[in-house]
Amino acid sequence: MKNEEIKSKVLGLLATVVPELEPAELAPDKSIRDQLDIDSVDFLNLVVGLSKTFGIEIPETDYRHIYTVDSCVAYIAAHAKA
Amino acid sequence: MTDFLMPKLGADMTQGRLIEWFKKPGERIARGEVIAVVETDKANVDVESWVAGTLEKILIAPGGDWLPVGTPLAVIQTEAGAAVAAPPAFVAPPTAAAPIVAPTAAMPPVVPIPQQPAPRAPSPEAAPVEAGERVRISPIARKRAVDLGVDVAAIKGSGPQGRITLDDVERAARERPAVPPASPAPAADKRQRMRDAIAAAMARSKREIPHYYLATTIEMSKALAWLTETNARLSVTERLLAGVLLVKASALALREVPELNGFWIDGRAQQSEAIHTGVAISLRGGGLVAPAIHDADKLTLPELMQRFTDLVARARAGSLKSSEMTDPTITITSLGERGVEAVYGVIYPPQLALVGFGKVVDRPWAVDGAVGVRPLVTATLSGDHRATDGHRGALYLDALDRLLQEPEKL
Repeated sequence: MKNEEIKSKVLGLLATVVPELEPAELAPDKSIRDQLDIDSVDFLNLVVGLSKTFGIEIPETDYRHIYTVDSCVAYIAAHAKA
Repeated sequence: MTDFLMPKLGADMTQGRLIEWFKKPGERIARGEVIAVVETDKANVDVESWVAGTLEKILIAPGGDWLPVGTPLAVIQTEAGAAVAAPPAFVAPPTAAAPIVAPTAAMPPVVPIPQQPAPRAPSPEAAPVEAGERVRISPIARKRAVDLGVDVAAIKGSGPQGRITLDDVERAARERPAVPPASPAPAADKRQRMRDAIAAAMARSKREIPHYYLATTIEMSKALAWLTETNARLSVTERLLAGVLLVKASALALREVPELNGFWIDGRAQQSEAIHTGVAISLRGGGLVAPAIHDADKLTLPELMQRFTDLVARARAGSLKSSEMTDPTITITSLGERGVEAVYGVIYPPQLALVGFGKVVDRPWAVDGAVGVRPLVTATLSGDHRATDGHRGALYLDALDRLLQEPEKL
């Protein structure tokens, strides 16, 4: 799966967590939590969505890798099955 | 025969607007069944009936005016022999959450009955967002609007489905008149009503309730280690949040100090046997609600987690139930995720106490004569001094600390 495709799906998932999200306004290299003012429940919903969408298990110890959109895409690219 | 009234869904509610009926005249109603949606200053709430029977007559059509709490909305023919029940947990006084139904004989004069649904006033062209309608705007654009002092309710969004974009906000800032409009737009009214409702409740609290405040530092090493170990065994959909441990421990501690659980009614404290923890949930457009997790002390941690996430989702979607708004016997709040280390909350009347949690921080901590770095959280208690003294509050925080040292027993 190409990174652009992963990014599109990640943004789609973020839009389900934060319905008012305007993807174009989200800086890919800045904290998702800070930009969207999301809390732990929202973040867990995002992790669940990522896990289901890409078929990967994301341990808590890896949460730090989905800090930004870019790092999230890189993490999924490294762990998702081709 | 019983009137179904405009409910009082919290200490800060004085009026509401009937949005929708789920029942038609002649249809059966089960006790606890959601039969209507009412718009409050804070949210749209699914209102349950506390009697079983048949909907006899609808008195108020949807989409009409704002009506005072206690206004008859419909008449329910109760089942033969069925007692007219009050909402669970407590029967509130006029100044507190009121019963949703009351015997007809005790009711004030019925307001005029519209024979046809009252037509909605058309929304003016200049106000793209109607009162009660959700403003579709991205968080980034919303932040920018706050920075620029722009009222998003007055903006017509150019994005998909009328969504307000960053460009819309900045354009509105450039084009706005130098003099602010004399009257706010309808959606601004909605947000102002929420602020007014919170203001009224908090002002009442500070005016009537002599608060005392206590704080304690709780070491979270064992709780967090247990949580990490537990979550490592669970799938992502089953994982627990640290906040759930705090809610459960807070609820269990109330069993040891029940004087903090309940309401101040008719000039005295009335303990509640049930422990329904209200959890403060911030809303994306601003403001907050604190709906109840019923019987939080009896739920397992996975059950509590499920209830909590469901409650957060529904609070933000505007689909809370009336019992969730009226039943909390205590409120729990946390601002730890926003970096706050301690929160000294204002008690939500007529409740007797509020528990606050700050951020878990790593700090030097002395244990058995040795100093080490430990995760610590500041837990606070705001108590009503009319109902309890600081000593009971201190016992509560001590119990809370002790419970969190044995997370496997929560």
